[in-house]
Amino acid sequence: MINILGLQIDPLSLLVVAPSVAAFIMLLLPKQKMIAKWAALVMSLIVGGIAVGVFVDYVNASNAGSIVSQYHLEINVPWFELLGASWHIGIDGISATLILLTGILTPLAILISWEIEDRLNMHLALLLFFETGLLGVFVSLDLMIFFVFWELSLVPMYFLINQWGGPNRQYASTKFMIYSLGGSLGFLLATQLIGWSASTVLGHPTFDIVTLTTLWPTLAQQAGSNVLLGIPIETVKALAFIGFFLAFAIKVPVWPFHTWLPDAHGEAPTAGSMLLAGVMLKLGAYGFLRLVIPLFPDVWIAPINLLGAFETNAAGIFAFLAMLGVVLGAFAAFGQTDIKRLVAYSSVNHMGFVVMGLAVTALAYGHAFAGTSNSELSLHAILATNGAVLQMFNHGLSSAAMFLLAGAIYHKTHTRDMTQYGGFWVKAPIYGAIFIFTSMASLGLPGLNGFVSEFLVVRGTWPVYTGLTIVSMIGLLFTGAYILKGIRAVLHGPFNMHWRDYNLEIELREVVAIAPLLVLMLVTGIVPNWILPIINSSVTAMLGLGG
Amino acid sequence: MNINDPNFLPWLIPVGPLLAFLIITLITNRSKSVLATSAEYGDHNHPGYPGLKVPVVSDLGRVASIVVGLSGIIAAWLISLNVVGYVGGFEHHFGEEVFGSSVPWLATGTTSFNMGVLVDPLTTIMLIMVPLACTMIFIYSIGYMAHDPRQARFFALISLFAGAMLTLVVADNLLLLFVGWEIMGVCSYLLIGFWYEKESAYKAAIKAFTTTRVADVVMLLGIAYLYSETGTLSFRDILYNAEVLNHLATTPAIVFGGISAAGLIGVFLVIGTIGKSAQFPLHVWLPDAMEGPTPVSAMIHAAAMVSAGIYAIIRMYPLLAAGGHPHDGDLTSPLTLMAIVGAFTALFAATIAVAQNDVKKVLAYSTISQLGFMMAALGIGAYIAAAFHLITHAFFKALLFMASGSVIHGMEHGAHHVHEHAHGDDDHGHDEHAAHDAHAHDDHGHDDHDVHGEAHAEPHFDPQDMMNMGGLRKTMPVTFYTFLIGGLSLAGFPLLTAGFWSKDEILADAYLGLTHGYGPHALVFVCLAVAAFLTAFYTMRQLGLTFWGEPRTEEAAHANLGQGVVSVTMTLPLIILAFFAIFAGFVGVPSDFPILGSIFSPEHNPFHHFVGATLLPEMQSASPPFNIVPVLTSFVVALGGLGLGYMMYWRKPLVAGEPDPVIAILGDGLYTTLKNKYYFDELYTAIFIKPSQWFSRVVVSEFIDKGVIDTILHLIARLFVWTGDLIKVLNLWLIDGVGDGIPRAIGAFGVWFRRIQTGRAQQYLLFIAIAAILIGIIFAVSAGILQAGG
Repeated sequence: MINILGLQIDPLSLLVVAPSVAAFIMLLLPKQKMIAKWAALVMSLIVGGIAVGVFVDYVNASNAGSIVSQYHLEINVPWFELLGASWHIGIDGISATLILLTGILTPLAILISWEIEDRLNMHLALLLFFETGLLGVFVSLDLMIFFVFWELSLVPMYFLINQWGGPNRQYASTKFMIYSLGGSLGFLLATQLIGWSASTVLGHPTFDIVTLTTLWPTLAQQAGSNVLLGIPIETVKALAFIGFFLAFAIKVPVWPFHTWLPDAHGEAPTAGSMLLAGVMLKLGAYGFLRLVIPLFPDVWIAPINLLGAFETNAAGIFAFLAMLGVVLGAFAAFGQTDIKRLVAYSSVNHMGFVVMGLAVTALAYGHAFAGTSNSELSLHAILATNGAVLQMFNHGLSSAAMFLLAGAIYHKTHTRDMTQYGGFWVKAPIYGAIFIFTSMASLGLPGLNGFVSEFLVVRGTWPVYTGLTIVSMIGLLFTGAYILKGIRAVLHGPFNMHWRDYNLEIELREVVAIAPLLVLMLVTGIVPNWILPIINSSVTAMLGLGG
Repeated sequence: MNINDPNFLPWLIPVGPLLAFLIITLITNRSKSVLATSAEYGDHNHPGYPGLKVPVVSDLGRVASIVVGLSGIIAAWLISLNVVGYVGGFEHHFGEEVFGSSVPWLATGTTSFNMGVLVDPLTTIMLIMVPLACTMIFIYSIGYMAHDPRQARFFALISLFAGAMLTLVVADNLLLLFVGWEIMGVCSYLLIGFWYEKESAYKAAIKAFTTTRVADVVMLLGIAYLYSETGTLSFRDILYNAEVLNHLATTPAIVFGGISAAGLIGVFLVIGTIGKSAQFPLHVWLPDAMEGPTPVSAMIHAAAMVSAGIYAIIRMYPLLAAGGHPHDGDLTSPLTLMAIVGAFTALFAATIAVAQNDVKKVLAYSTISQLGFMMAALGIGAYIAAAFHLITHAFFKALLFMASGSVIHGMEHGAHHVHEHAHGDDDHGHDEHAAHDAHAHDDHGHDDHDVHGEAHAEPHFDPQDMMNMGGLRKTMPVTFYTFLIGGLSLAGFPLLTAGFWSKDEILADAYLGLTHGYGPHALVFVCLAVAAFLTAFYTMRQLGLTFWGEPRTEEAAHANLGQGVVSVTMTLPLIILAFFAIFAGFVGVPSDFPILGSIFSPEHNPFHHFVGATLLPEMQSASPPFNIVPVLTSFVVALGGLGLGYMMYWRKPLVAGEPDPVIAILGDGLYTTLKNKYYFDELYTAIFIKPSQWFSRVVVSEFIDKGVIDTILHLIARLFVWTGDLIKVLNLWLIDGVGDGIPRAIGAFGVWFRRIQTGRAQQYLLFIAIAAILIGIIFAVSAGILQAGG
């Protein structure tokens, strides 16, 4: 609780509510652009300040060793008692990292949105409203609240793409919305099922994630029955797992659920792309880490027989899909001529590494739950998970920066076709330098942020999924290929004289917006331990249980 | 942190150049805007665009960039010398004890990964060579890049390059080594593509980066594997630790059964070096890397980049050799791989060099060949000989590249001279060409061709083609003599030059194995001896074609470096490096070598003694005993090759229009094959590049994503639409027929849903506002609860 003007306010609730309040204020403000721009920026900076404050508070508490339970700044009050849902929020190192990312990216996205001419107030309000959805997911410790925020984040993004997007925005936004909603249906049903089934043990339904994490995986033992709703509990679990899995797999996106992404990114306005790639994709990965892995440890490692010839488990399939994401995502990016689609596919490629790390997490967590783990597997999983979470953060930085740069050039040339570019470095040397720097971060150049996380993931995955790691190296190779293709198309070659009288150089506003990202990329690459111990302590706590 | 503590001092070595990079990048603002056709902007490496205003760095910024860049590398050099001084004054047995310190860098569960620096004997010799060579290259660059409008960017990038190399050298673990390794990769990419308007330049840059990355991702696997197997990447903990080495050598590999963990890791790391040091079959990038400014070539070929590849495997040698005894003919998989690849590459590249006419390409292939010498040497366990050759090669190759840069610069000077005298009004014509080119761009939209390429009506004069040269010794004497010294050192001219001593040591080691009947040693000996012969021959050919005889073109007759700063900065480094190209060899004269041994190595071979201490005592090996056969071989191949070259290109120098005598000897077919580098570029384009482009575009993007996945999604969507339509019909029927309340509700939903579909923004916004208000109420209630609760 913090004291503001005599009111006792919970900082996390404030953090979640504040962007919505700001969004409302934006709607009420007069239509003068200057006012709207500055108001949105200042308010988002305030929210960002709260996010940084929350992060710093977590770091201090963590360093002081005063985090007693797994979660910090925890609040738990009844909210919808009839359902058993409560306003249970709190953060650990993983969510603190992502809250920080969201808090940083939103003001930058708003700064970039200053260039919007049409219905600026509404655009900025939607961005702020979107932030509430994102932050809400990261603080939720109750499945119902999680679901509410999860769905809430869809709406503003839908409108951002649908109203301010490119030529093909109708198709892209509809695909994005319907696909995500469709994926969430199973999630909603499974949530209800899990919440209700808790009452067989507790006597009342609950959606509390902390409670369910221990209760749901051991439901059969605790309820003393192997049957739920007249169906074997294994089957129920498997179905619920599929419901959860689909919802998050679409969001990440895990290959082959990724085809909404290039469309949505290609058409979204720059700020939308920045937040979509920067934070929204992390909701999916976060969902795996917070929900799917802890709730279904037994399902992840239950043997699955493929075609009667090949025995694996869900974690293995997950890792396989991750490998496909890494490799095919890179190939697909290499095959694009549209700069925004290229960057979008790079997200499929990079998030593939996140998924790869999470597959090891799932395997180790499952084995730890079953009591069949060992300290080596735990160590591999800790490294892989550290890598995956750090990769989420890093990808947030670099993909947002890449979209910012792609948007900057699109804004000036009004084309996304890279074959129309060429030799821009001559005319836009600062833009060129920033573009190369960001591309290199995205490529995973050692010394910049992406390498640290990719290395951790590769290190953690190698002993567990050796073959898949080897194949995924093809993806890493083609990461280089598409990055170089992008640089070549935009900056290298003779200058295309069609743009002779255009101003192509990056604007000061854009430099201001990208500078924090560049600094963070460099700092994270050189001293990753500014943030990694925060992630590491929570990950170790989560995976250390098997010993 | 004590500045006088040699354990701390190595941290500071890379800081100077890295800081220089940062400062130059941040301070050199693009303050001026000039016309792209103006004299201030244009030189032959930049196309002039009519009417285009181009931002350039101010003169003050350019001077600042030189000062900052030079300060950075000199600081690094001084600190390095200081550290070397500490090593010299070290009382204990250096090698057993070393300098170094580390800090926690990555949190990994309950432990952490440490990042640190290390100075052991191997690091020490690199610290003598690298900063010295880099400083020379920097000084040389002042003159070479004096007229380039992007001079500031150049100095920023070579500073980063040098900083990365120094990071790699002082690294105490494989991960930090890899960091430096990759940053150098990027620097070489950016510098090879420095004149990025040229198609050949950006293509070469992409080729260099991609080819080395093939190897780098494999190396990354090796690092990950080593880390997961040992829990550390620290050199000392792994390589100076018999227990760990033994563990790695006895553990079977995780995949590819049959070899040990050490073997597999070793193979992964060696593949990394095959890419970085341009060994067969990943050698294709290095000759194209000549597209960069010449100081960059010197950087890549001598001081940094390719040396880093060899340095890495020399560094990792105890791991590569773990479980084997190369001196007893028992080679591990990585060693065998190195011996075969190295020996083959040494010979293969030397054959190509014979038929090249580009002054820098000859040197490029000679680099590949010489790196093959080192690789092969290490493969047969000649650890010290490999390290020795690495150092001597760096000196004479840096010298050769910079001397060839002077030649090119001189030729350009000559071309400029001829140009001015022949076509006084050509500037006008030039504009027209550029305008024509620009127009062509507009037509094609996509501009994948070189502005200054074949589009020109008059043939472009190639200042790098040796066929255009001849007689340069008269106008460029300093360049000639230093080039001669470098060339003789490369050829291994007996007794006097550094190249002789290091090459001889490799041959001596190989011969020792051969006398025991070890296959790989025999292969290495024969291949290297033949390669050394070819090396001497093509060096003499190059010297003859370039400097001897009479000028074959007007340009060559007027080639010179001019007067003033440019001339001084471009010749001084040559003179200094020429000194090292001769005398660096005398630190490694075998002590039992007749006469010279007792002069230079009265007690023991100093280089051998010093560097050998890097290894665990049980891994160290004695120098091969003196044997007359390898020494005679060295004499014969060097003098034979030089003699043959002398006969063909010096006794009767080539005159203009005359065909190269080597064509007559090789025959047209073989000559063309060699000239086209055995067609590897064409082969790789056909089997790797084209298919992967096709696969990306057609298979992955179009077929899998748009064809298969999206079609399935659209089908599902359509299925739902059909179902919806069916229900709608059903509803109408039910409403009409039964008048039930539930279908009416569904119908109402349908109406509402249709309203949403109208696409009118106001309604959407209204909708969202309502949703937002609902959420707001929920929050308000929640906040009330919270306050009540708190």
